[in-house]
Amino acid sequence: MKRSLVVVRTILWKDLLLELKSKDVIISIVSFAMLALVIFNFAFGSSSQLASLIAPGAIWVSITFAGVIGLNRLFVIEHDQGSIIGLLLTPVSRDSIYFGKMLSMFVFLTISEIILLPIYAILFNTSIIHPLFLLIVALGTIGFASLGTLFSAMAVNTRSREIMLPVMFLPIVMPILIGSVVASANILDGGGWSDASRGIHIIIVFDVLSLIVSPLLFEQIIQE
Amino acid sequence: MISMRDKNLGTIRKLFLAIGGSAMVLNMYLIFMWVPTEKNLGIIQRIFYLHVPTAWVAFIAFFLVLIGSTGYLIKKSKLWDRLALASAEVGVLFTTVLIVTGVMWAKPVWGVWWNWDPRLTTSLILWLIYLAYLMLRSYAPSPEQGAKYAAILGIVGFLDVPIVYFSIKWWRTLHPQAVIGPGSTGELDSSMRLLLLISTAIFTILFVHLLTTRMSLRKMEERLEEANHIVS
Repeated sequence: MKRSLVVVRTILWKDLLLELKSKDVIISIVSFAMLALVIFNFAFGSSSQLASLIAPGAIWVSITFAGVIGLNRLFVIEHDQGSIIGLLLTPVSRDSIYFGKMLSMFVFLTISEIILLPIYAILFNTSIIHPLFLLIVALGTIGFASLGTLFSAMAVNTRSREIMLPVMFLPIVMPILIGSVVASANILDGGGWSDASRGIHIIIVFDVLSLIVSPLLFEQIIQE
Repeated sequence: MISMRDKNLGTIRKLFLAIGGSAMVLNMYLIFMWVPTEKNLGIIQRIFYLHVPTAWVAFIAFFLVLIGSTGYLIKKSKLWDRLALASAEVGVLFTTVLIVTGVMWAKPVWGVWWNWDPRLTTSLILWLIYLAYLMLRSYAPSPEQGAKYAAILGIVGFLDVPIVYFSIKWWRTLHPQAVIGPGSTGELDSSMRLLLLISTAIFTILFVHLLTTRMSLRKMEERLEEANHIVS
C-alpha cells in the first residue's frame, strides 16, 4: 500500500515537473476555454440579464471542451517517446500508474479552473465564489479526470486520436455536464443545498462508479 | 473450409428467415388493418407497434454488447467479440429506426418534431455512444486492440446509460408512460396489448436473424483477414 503511494506520487511528480517546464497542458486548457467563452458571448449576446442565464452552461461547456484538449495530451509523451514500455517493465501495479496519471490530470484541471473561474466571474458579472459551487467544481473534476484518464489511454493508440477522444468521451461524461450545469444554475440563482443536492448526487454517483470501473479497465488497455 | 456445423447453422438461419419474414408480413397486416384505431391519437398511433418493439430490440442489443464485451475481456475468445460487434451494429440500426419513428410520431401528437425529454435525449446519447463504439473499431491500430478497446467502451457505455437517464429526468416528461409490463398503468385495450406483444416477438425474431447473420459474416471476415495475413 505504502509502496503504491510512492509510485503514484512519483508519476504525479514527473508529470508536474514536465508541465512546469513546458506549461503545455494548462496553457492549452486555459486559452481554449477563454476562446470558447468569447465565442459564446457572440452566440448568445452580451446583455447582463442574459449573462447570468447562460453563465453556468457557458462555463461548463467551455471547461469540458478545453479539458478534452488537455486529456489529449495526457499520454502523448508516454506514447510518442515510448516511455510507457519502460513504465510497464518496472515492477509496479497498473493501478498505481492509473492513479498517478489520473491525479496529474486532476491537478492540471484544478489549476486551470483556479485561473479560469475568477476570469469568468468578472466577464459574467456574477459572484461564483460560493462554497457549494466550489464543491461542484471539485466533484466534477474528479469524475472528469478519472474517466478521462481511461479514455485518453485508449485514444492515444488510435488513428486520428484528436477526434476519437471527444467522440468517445463526451457522450459518456454527459451526466457530469448535466449535473454540474443544473446544480450551478440553482446556486447562481441564489438557491442552497436543497436545490443543488440532486445534481451533486448525480455527480457523486458518477465519480464513485468511475473510480471503481476505470482502474479495472485501465489494466486491460495497457497490458500489451 | 466451411465446416459441416456452419452449413447446418446456415440452413437453420434460412428457415428462421422464412418464418420471420412471413411473420413480419402478418405483423404489418395486423398493425395496419386489424387493430382498432386509437380514439384520441388517431391513425398515427399505429406507429406505436413499430416504435416500442424497436426500443425493446435496441435495449436487448446493447445489453448483449455488454455481455459480449465482458466475455471477451475475460475469455479473450473471438466468439464473444463477434457477439459484441454484431449486436452493436444491429443496435445502432434499431436505435436509428427508434428515433426516426419517434420523430414521425411526435410531430402530429406533440406538435414538435423533437423535445429534450429524458427518454428522447437518452436514446440520442445512446446512439452517439454506440456510433463511437463502431468508429473506435475502425480507428484502432490492430483488430485485437480494436476488440479490446471496443469492449471497454461497450461496458462503460452501458453502465453510463442509467446515469444519463436519471440525470436528464429533472426536466418534465412529455413522453407517454409505460403502458405494459411491471409498474404499468395497464390502460391498453386488450387487442392493442396483444398486438404489441406479437409485434415485439416478431421484431425479436428479426433481431436474432440479423445478429446471427452478422456474426457469421464476421467469422468469414476474420478468416479472410487470416488468409491475407498468411499470403502477405
